[in-house]
Amino acid sequence: MSQTETETHAPATTYAPKTHVLKPERSNLGALRPDHSKSVLIDWLTTVDHKKIGIMYGAIALFFLFVGGLEALIIRTQLIVPENDLISAQRYNQLFTMHGTTMIFLAVMPLNSAFFNYLIPLQIGARDVAFPRINALSLWTFVAGALVINFGWLLQALQMMGLFEASGATAGMTDMVPAGGWFGYAPLTSTDYTGVGTDFWIMGLQILGVASLTSSMNFIVTILNMRAPGMKMMRMPVFTWMSLVVAFLIVFAFPAITVALGQLLFDRTFGTNFFNVAGGGQPILWQHLFWIFGHPEVYILVLPAMGIISEVLPAFSKKPLFGYSIVIFSGAVIGFLGFAVWSHHMFTTGLGKVATAAFSLLTMAIAVPTGVKIFNWVGTLWGGRVRFSAPMIFSLGFVWMFMMGGFSGIMHAAAPADAQQQDSYFVIAHFHYVIMGGIFLALVSGIYYWVPKMFGKMWKGNLSTWVAVLVVVGLNVTFFPMHFLGLLGMPRRTHTYLEGFGWESYNLVCTIGSYILAIGILLLLVDLIRCLRSGEPAGDDPWDARTLEWATTSPPQVYNFAKTPIIPARDALWSHKYGPEGQKITYEDDHGHGIHMPSNSWMPLIASVGFIPLGLGMSLMQAGVPYMGYFAIFGLLTVGIGIALWAIEGPGGYHLHPEEDAA
Amino acid sequence: MSDTATATHDDGHAGLVIENKKLLMWLFLGSDCMFFGTLISTHLIYRKLYPEAYDPLTVYDLELTSFSTFILLMSSFLMALAVSAMHKGELKSFRRNTIGVIFFGLIFLACQVYEFAHFTNEGLTLSTNTFGSTFYLMTGTHGVHVAIGIFWLLCMYFYSYTGKMDAHESAVDVEVAGLYWHFVDIVWIVIFTAVYLIEYI
Repeated sequence: MSQTETETHAPATTYAPKTHVLKPERSNLGALRPDHSKSVLIDWLTTVDHKKIGIMYGAIALFFLFVGGLEALIIRTQLIVPENDLISAQRYNQLFTMHGTTMIFLAVMPLNSAFFNYLIPLQIGARDVAFPRINALSLWTFVAGALVINFGWLLQALQMMGLFEASGATAGMTDMVPAGGWFGYAPLTSTDYTGVGTDFWIMGLQILGVASLTSSMNFIVTILNMRAPGMKMMRMPVFTWMSLVVAFLIVFAFPAITVALGQLLFDRTFGTNFFNVAGGGQPILWQHLFWIFGHPEVYILVLPAMGIISEVLPAFSKKPLFGYSIVIFSGAVIGFLGFAVWSHHMFTTGLGKVATAAFSLLTMAIAVPTGVKIFNWVGTLWGGRVRFSAPMIFSLGFVWMFMMGGFSGIMHAAAPADAQQQDSYFVIAHFHYVIMGGIFLALVSGIYYWVPKMFGKMWKGNLSTWVAVLVVVGLNVTFFPMHFLGLLGMPRRTHTYLEGFGWESYNLVCTIGSYILAIGILLLLVDLIRCLRSGEPAGDDPWDARTLEWATTSPPQVYNFAKTPIIPARDALWSHKYGPEGQKITYEDDHGHGIHMPSNSWMPLIASVGFIPLGLGMSLMQAGVPYMGYFAIFGLLTVGIGIALWAIEGPGGYHLHPEEDAA
Repeated sequence: MSDTATATHDDGHAGLVIENKKLLMWLFLGSDCMFFGTLISTHLIYRKLYPEAYDPLTVYDLELTSFSTFILLMSSFLMALAVSAMHKGELKSFRRNTIGVIFFGLIFLACQVYEFAHFTNEGLTLSTNTFGSTFYLMTGTHGVHVAIGIFWLLCMYFYSYTGKMDAHESAVDVEVAGLYWHFVDIVWIVIFTAVYLIEYI
């Protein structure tokens, strides 16, 4: 999905109400705001519209999904036969590190974010998020973090082309791609063992943390404060509810990794002793801090997926979600328990019997709310008039595949069993069933479900069935044999293996499966491009859906709803279409005031761009490149100046009168 | 900063009573709680793990730290007065109290700079031992929070001369800054207790 496509095919950008072009306004800075610019590029760079920001999140996330997928394919190709020498051991370390980091932080989280951005204001009947400019800041800061984290690949490419050499002033720039694993265990990530790549990784993750935190706080305020009249908490769509839980998880989980990364940065740059064993530092501290973040992170990834499923299953079963309130309550319980199970990643570190037993018990307890959800989804299907449209196929795939991941998860919860499975391919099989079979299928389901709303185009033909077959078959062929590989003792993160352990045929099958999976995902891209290029108009409500976002036009206008809707019931649109007379959606009278829209702004972009020199400067300073400390300070100043100008500029805004335009 | 907040306040009634900006600040403070919680617990864990490795009483100066703690507490009092003044629209009183907060904040920072210099002279640096690492990172992070607060209040102080500040528009902005300042103060009370006073038991 390239940006030009979304521009040429999204009528929202070509839509220009008369009042929109009337009067360029000035900000408190005296300069013109970029509002009424005729340039499409400037419009997208300075936009504060949650829908455009959501589309950009989605496009960038899909790009990184392909990058991460390519890394995975190289990994699988290396492992196709014993003692393969396609890539070196160090390159293999780089690839699995960047595969994990990319998929989690640059593909799944931003894809979730794309749905949050696009859907939450529509689902609660708001004009935009509570802080539209902070929303833009989150997007561009995410892009800055992604660039910093991947900067090592660029340097390495330049080096291979002979355009860059680490010598003289840049002699410290060795090992330029992160290679310490996605959880970067200290002291493996100390300067003794890894090079400047780890610094890119640290700074990149810190910057991504800023993006996640700001956007989460923004969404919590939006969901709690910006709901349309009548949209009570227990009438909100489940996706919005799960986003709320996720946003709280991010707000409370990310500080732990921020501190851990800060301590690691200080260890590397200023010689502190947090994880320096010679100075008394404890490697176990890193593990605790990382997993206090890392386990909630798992739920940060999966809860939005569960929200998507809870939207799609009722819509295609023509039934309300079975046990709406208990599904939401289970989501919240998963969120709470998610903070109390981190040590199950550390069973083999010797925590002691009591701690191990407690974390084992709590981990098993998490299966309860998860199971409740699965039963509720099955209950939703039960007796419903099920339509096997594309979104539904993927959602059903989610329920099935996610359960398989859950079952192996319960096996890990038992500490003695985990001691056998730790660091083996069994773990890889488990979390890929959860992430690929669970989260990814749900996200694809979300793409098939909401793209007609986002772009006003309907899917063409039955390519989606082929995508579903290839992806589900591919992921099972890839990851199911890994259970056996793990039980046969194949350790994860080894770049090759010897013949004679009985691993050869399983590895061959896994690699074949990964290519089937890749073809499936490519086909998804083809389907998406076909839909965006030449899909038939979708209409406002192509799926006969239930929630509020389908009550407006496809694609929605910049102001979402011409008049603020008054919400009569849960599943607002469904009750509007089929409910009793008293449960129709009504609209507030705006008394001729028109719609107040926020102005575009350059400032979020400027502030975010500053994070790039900050991240690169800090990293290269550690590598001993001269003047890089000043470069970092320059970046920090850019961030500061951007925010200061932002404050002085003022929120601004303009008024639209959609009724008059239509007339 | 609440771009559509004022606009939709009239439209959307389903929200909480608390303003958008204030809610955002409360969320940030919740997040910051976890942030300082992690830093302080790192310090306490290493302190408990290596009780004999370093005796902080050789460098601590309880009188000085008590003085700077008192000053920071009083700055919070002035901050509360500044918020109250802005609610009543009394600009002069707001300026007087704000400049007081800034002044007290600067005294606190000066004490911290003196303390850091003193500790360094006594041979305790970032890389001396785990105590030095955790102590400097924790108190330094707190100091950065104070410095950001001072910068923020300075901006507000000068902004009050543009004539664009009044009780209706700006009270909530000042209150948000106040929330931040009080929080930074409370964090210091925790650090003062858990890092300084506890060593004298």
